[in-house]
Amino acid sequence: MITKTLQIEPRNWVATHADYLYAYAIARLNDEEQAKDLVQETFLAALQKVDKFEGKSSERTWLTAILKYKIIDVYRKKSSGLVINTDVQQAEQEQSDFFEPEYGHWTKEHAPKSFGIDDNDPLVNKELNSILQKCMQKLPALWLSIFTMKHMDDQSTEIICSELKVTPSNFWVIIHRTKLNLRACLQKNWI
Amino acid sequence: MGTLKKIQNNCHKATFLIEKKLIGRITLREKIELKIHLFGCGICRTYQKQTVKISQMVRRLFSDSASSAKHLDDTFKKDMQDRIENELDKNKNSL
Repeated sequence: MITKTLQIEPRNWVATHADYLYAYAIARLNDEEQAKDLVQETFLAALQKVDKFEGKSSERTWLTAILKYKIIDVYRKKSSGLVINTDVQQAEQEQSDFFEPEYGHWTKEHAPKSFGIDDNDPLVNKELNSILQKCMQKLPALWLSIFTMKHMDDQSTEIICSELKVTPSNFWVIIHRTKLNLRACLQKNWI
Repeated sequence: MGTLKKIQNNCHKATFLIEKKLIGRITLREKIELKIHLFGCGICRTYQKQTVKISQMVRRLFSDSASSAKHLDDTFKKDMQDRIENELDKNKNSL
């Protein structure tokens, strides 16, 4: 009896998986050049460990897992080092007057207002989407990394915390701040 | 100021709990506090609606961009193919 194991065929990788991996990387990094580099690195790294491929998952799943690791590495590099201090500080500064210092009530100036939109209007949603994308690009690197890992890959909180070296309580503070930031940014640019 | 008053006024905490509840878990006590707060606070009810909408938009944004993103250009693909072939041949020769 022949047991069917999933085959690996490096000569077909580019034709079969390159565009998929590229799209995967772009969605997570929003940087075409970097995405290209990572796809290339993924293939080369995969070649080095072809013999470790056990055929338990499909070729694509296996390659994607390698790419995913490389993306997390980029997040890690982007959100560590000197830059983090300034961009996070600045973003925190921007929302320092969202709430009254004493009891934490919304300040008049920053209180959420209704966007007054019809959720089902495709044009409105398209416009809102493009504003949201711009707002996300303005987030500090660490916040965007955490936010992306959580919302795109539904990565567990534990993994995000250990990969990006933040404590669980800091994780929640960052999620909260990120949403406050994005909502305020939408309101500012929409209304 | 009593505990109830503190809960009713603390939008900072309420929005934090809204976010935590969206993707994680909050305690029963926190759930009750949030309910009490939202009952009396229209601003945070608006916030809640908007932040849920933002999460949905973000998730959709990610899944859309994965399916409709730009493709790699042919030159780049050809280079990559050549590199892979080279590597494979190298390995073969060294065996």
